[in-house]
Amino acid sequence: MKILVAIKRVVDFNVRVQVKPDGSGVATDGVKMSINPFDEIAIEEALRIKEAGNADEVVVVTIGTTSAQQQLRTALAMGADRAILVEANDELQSLKAASSLLHIVKTEQPGLVIMGKQAIDDDNNQTPQMLATLWQRPQATFVSKLELKDGKALATREIDAGLETIEVALPAVISTDLRLNEPRFVKLPDIMKAKRKQLDVIAIEDTVAGFNDTALAIENYEPPQARSKGIMVESVDELVAQLKEKGLI
Amino acid sequence: MSKILILAQHDNTTINQGTSKAVTAAQLIENTQIDLIVFSDDTSTIATEACKLAGVTTVHAVTTNKGDWKLAHGIAAKIAEIFKDYSHVFAPSTTFGKDVMPCVAALLGQNQISDIMEVIDATTFKRPIYAGNAVITVKSNHKHIVATIRTASFKTGDMQSGSATVIEHTIDNPQTDTRFVSLQSGNSERPDLQTAAKVVSAGRGIGSEENFEIVYQLADKLGAATGASRAAVDAGYCPNEMQVGQTGKIIAPDLYLCFGISGAIQHLTGIKDAGTIVAINKDGDAPIFEVADIGLVGDLFKIIPELMEKI
Repeated sequence: MKILVAIKRVVDFNVRVQVKPDGSGVATDGVKMSINPFDEIAIEEALRIKEAGNADEVVVVTIGTTSAQQQLRTALAMGADRAILVEANDELQSLKAASSLLHIVKTEQPGLVIMGKQAIDDDNNQTPQMLATLWQRPQATFVSKLELKDGKALATREIDAGLETIEVALPAVISTDLRLNEPRFVKLPDIMKAKRKQLDVIAIEDTVAGFNDTALAIENYEPPQARSKGIMVESVDELVAQLKEKGLI
Repeated sequence: MSKILILAQHDNTTINQGTSKAVTAAQLIENTQIDLIVFSDDTSTIATEACKLAGVTTVHAVTTNKGDWKLAHGIAAKIAEIFKDYSHVFAPSTTFGKDVMPCVAALLGQNQISDIMEVIDATTFKRPIYAGNAVITVKSNHKHIVATIRTASFKTGDMQSGSATVIEHTIDNPQTDTRFVSLQSGNSERPDLQTAAKVVSAGRGIGSEENFEIVYQLADKLGAATGASRAAVDAGYCPNEMQVGQTGKIIAPDLYLCFGISGAIQHLTGIKDAGTIVAINKDGDAPIFEVADIGLVGDLFKIIPELMEKI
């Protein structure tokens, strides 16, 4: 079985982004970029499935500018077998991304697609569900445990009420939650090796022929409203007095 | 006029308050008709409950095969079918809404507007990105709008005095590719974290699962729900459904009392709509104190017992 992992290049999770003064976007020049953390978990899970003998190839795909090759190389250094860059110079919204991924899915015919539940830049949490819908295959979102057996996946999902387990027939789309695994660190020799692995580039236009774009217009970016500065108290008595005054206890 | 369809979330007995918050958001759009859609394998109780939400005209009660009412694809297909007469479809931005609504959007050929935090007009909304570090104003130029509603940003409305009428539907084909197996729930007797007026939470500083017991005790004394940071959940100190933050629950209690939470941005985004944030941490430089309304530097293992005594 082949596993396709879709990843996204995003501003590193440790960076506190700033909105540009003119409200046209967030400042990303010179900012550290990384693989979206949820997608790193997706890569790790695919590698573990392969290492357990349940898959024979892990293909990683991203949609982005040529710079996104860095993140693909990192995925290859982690252990993915080959990579595909769908080259796009403009930011894509979820439906176009899902449509482009559908094209890759149809070409690659994977038995399983794994991707992060959301990208930590736009926080949309849409693309995996959209891909599953367009592909007309089952989805298991927010997965924290995954077992493959007899052409099916038993997926445990982190939902508001607790842990829900569902069974989906393969092929399927899995979206990862934080506790699915802890991604491995990349070793230096693997980085060298990754440079020789196959990385194909195709143009976004060749993956979304006939796509009717219904992008939403982003009219403005602004910083969030700051909370007003609070007070420090010195003792539990003072704390209790404050809470009583506010009528909270 | 806008016709807004709202996907109701429920547990087959009661309607989740997030549904009411989505109704509140819909009511901020002028000149609307608001209808609900509710899925269940036995709609008899829950359709009646849905009708009690004030401001709702019609409840579409859809009977599914056993267990299928929780599975995204069957639900999404039915919503897309019924939606033809509507301009908007909303769902609360809970794990349920997040699972289903992008499927609806894909079926309708639309992008979804995720986590609406403010309604500007019928086609313009504000939503957070980058864990709440930025807010964007999004406008849809399309006939249909598919969106999830950030529940912490809207108030729960009247869930008792409504008198909507029911239209019955069925989904005949069972889901064959997806099967619900089980739900393992913390099933606490405490208030629901997402809607509680008071929340007591702890982070890595609590140190162990056993130590979390004092947090539960304090919560019980206050009648509060319990929450946790990602660090505490990852460390196995408490169940995952207690996680508050960017990828966990976004909450807006009147009182958020947190112990041993340093205040990573990913956590802060989950609490920034709280009424009063009280932080107790032994590190006076912890970022949590930058957003706390009341801060106290000290050892939580001394402070919690003292608090228990004095409140």
